[in-house]
Amino acid sequence: MNTAVSVPTDRLPLDVERIRADFPILSTKVHGKPLAYLDNGASSQRPRAVLDAERYYAEHLHANVHRGVHHLSQVATDAYEGAREKVRHFLNARSTKEIVFVRGTTEAINLVAQSFAVPNLKAGDEIIVSRLEHHANIVPWQLACERTGAKLVVAPISQAGELEIEAYAALFSARTRLVALSHVSNALGSVLPVRECIDIAHRHGVPVLIDGAQAVPHIPVDVQALGCDFYAFSGHKLYGPTGIGILYAREALLAAMPPWQGGGDMILSVSFEGTTYNELPFRFEAGTPNIAGAVGLGAAIDYVTSLGLPRIAAWEHELLLHATEELSAIDGLRIVGTAADKASLVSFVVDGVHPHDLGTILDQEGIAIRTGHHCAMPVMDFFGLPATARASFSFYNTRDEISRLAAAVVDACRLLR
Amino acid sequence: MEIRDLYRDVILDHNRNPRNFGVLAPPARRATGHNPLCGDRLEVYVTVADDRVTDLRFEGKGCAISVASASLMTEAVRGKSTAEVEALYTRVHALLTEQEAPTDPSLGKLAALSGVREFPARVKCASLCWHTLNAALASDATKPITTE
Ligand SMILES: Cc1ncc(COP(=O)(O)O)c(C=O)c1O
Repeated sequence: MNTAVSVPTDRLPLDVERIRADFPILSTKVHGKPLAYLDNGASSQRPRAVLDAERYYAEHLHANVHRGVHHLSQVATDAYEGAREKVRHFLNARSTKEIVFVRGTTEAINLVAQSFAVPNLKAGDEIIVSRLEHHANIVPWQLACERTGAKLVVAPISQAGELEIEAYAALFSARTRLVALSHVSNALGSVLPVRECIDIAHRHGVPVLIDGAQAVPHIPVDVQALGCDFYAFSGHKLYGPTGIGILYAREALLAAMPPWQGGGDMILSVSFEGTTYNELPFRFEAGTPNIAGAVGLGAAIDYVTSLGLPRIAAWEHELLLHATEELSAIDGLRIVGTAADKASLVSFVVDGVHPHDLGTILDQEGIAIRTGHHCAMPVMDFFGLPATARASFSFYNTRDEISRLAAAVVDACRLLR
Repeated sequence: MEIRDLYRDVILDHNRNPRNFGVLAPPARRATGHNPLCGDRLEVYVTVADDRVTDLRFEGKGCAISVASASLMTEAVRGKSTAEVEALYTRVHALLTEQEAPTDPSLGKLAALSGVREFPARVKCASLCWHTLNAALASDATKPITTE
């Protein structure tokens, strides 16, 4: 099987050209121009190591898991559980019992909302979220509130797009039951001080869920050091497949949660008198899971780990500085989200150029960015904007791609103003 | 397909200087159109007398395609009967979506929108104002129109 690029020491900067060769899709032409893929915040691309792992699994290892005594069922189970161990190690969780395979961040949060929040909430209880959450970290809590009579309390942000930490700390009351925060904002790039937020919540005895969808591709995450109670992320933003994601949940909490879906695999025995549920984490994985997706995610974690998140972060930070400099130099362009601690993405608006027109014009140049509200309408409202353009970078992006982005924005201004 | 097929001079001009931009007071009919994908929001105001559009205005924020399309629409529709507006909309819809259709010469300046059909993601931008006008004419202004 293909292995990730080997770069001699973890001190050397990334060899971006060599890395790009690992991603078949990056050599695509779009409208006759080389693709500049700057929409990694929406979904990242997969290296050959991941594609090969998924294919190898299908060609050599596939059967249902946890079921048969036959050879393939054993090796498929080993591959699936091996991927779980990789995730455990990646997050530094204590035990694989704390690692639940789900479809993605959205499903992870819904699981916690239905299985942890709903049974614990009473009318008048409160859940704290922040102003900059993705809809996936708002709507599941609203559904839980509707069912229980609890309510959402919103922690404010500053004009720079940073969480107002003192205001956040002041929101806690005797009715606060849960905190749900992004680690990194998908619309603005702000990195939230989650460690501090978790400490504050724990001083009030309140558990915390962290939406790590935008964090895991850029920041090393250690759930024990963070102290979070739940951590959610998606495989497809971490160079892995779609349809697979992770819920990390502290064992003590998970053990007390009722199952949220029923079916095969989540039980030990079923009779019409009653059913005994399986142990952790299988109790939360009803039905045949996305086995190939889990295997692909395992390979993506190996790939990212082989490059090294600190080196990834260093290169992405350089790209961020370069993009910030080139874009800010454009007349009438305003960067939305200027947090001091920021992941590698730039959200911006341009006078006289609607983001949607910009998206079309850049696309003609082979440049893929996201335009719109980024599934974070409350944060768009905060800035009084219906939409922004967002370029989000990966370790495989180049300074040249960012220069092409800036040049195309200038062309769009010339055309439309 | 070139970017200037979409952004023709007529479109650029109507985006920079939208015609009939503004509001009409009641009893003018009014409807709101919303394209959640890009956050565009349009208000269309229309006065009808003897089944004829005697005046109309639009207001809102949107991309160049939606603003230009609304501006062109206001010019094309003024003075027409509601049946003529409906017939015109059918022809505009064909212009926006039918790949092979030859451009209908009777569309006049609206024909500048023919590039939109090469950019399927933008068809909704161009058609939002027409849906909104239809709603205003039907005076079903209680519900916002969305293109999603
Ligand atoms: C911060 C954040 N949370 C949650 C999600 C939802 O992730 P998914 O669609 O993979 O479930 C996203 C993805 O857009 C995100 O950026």
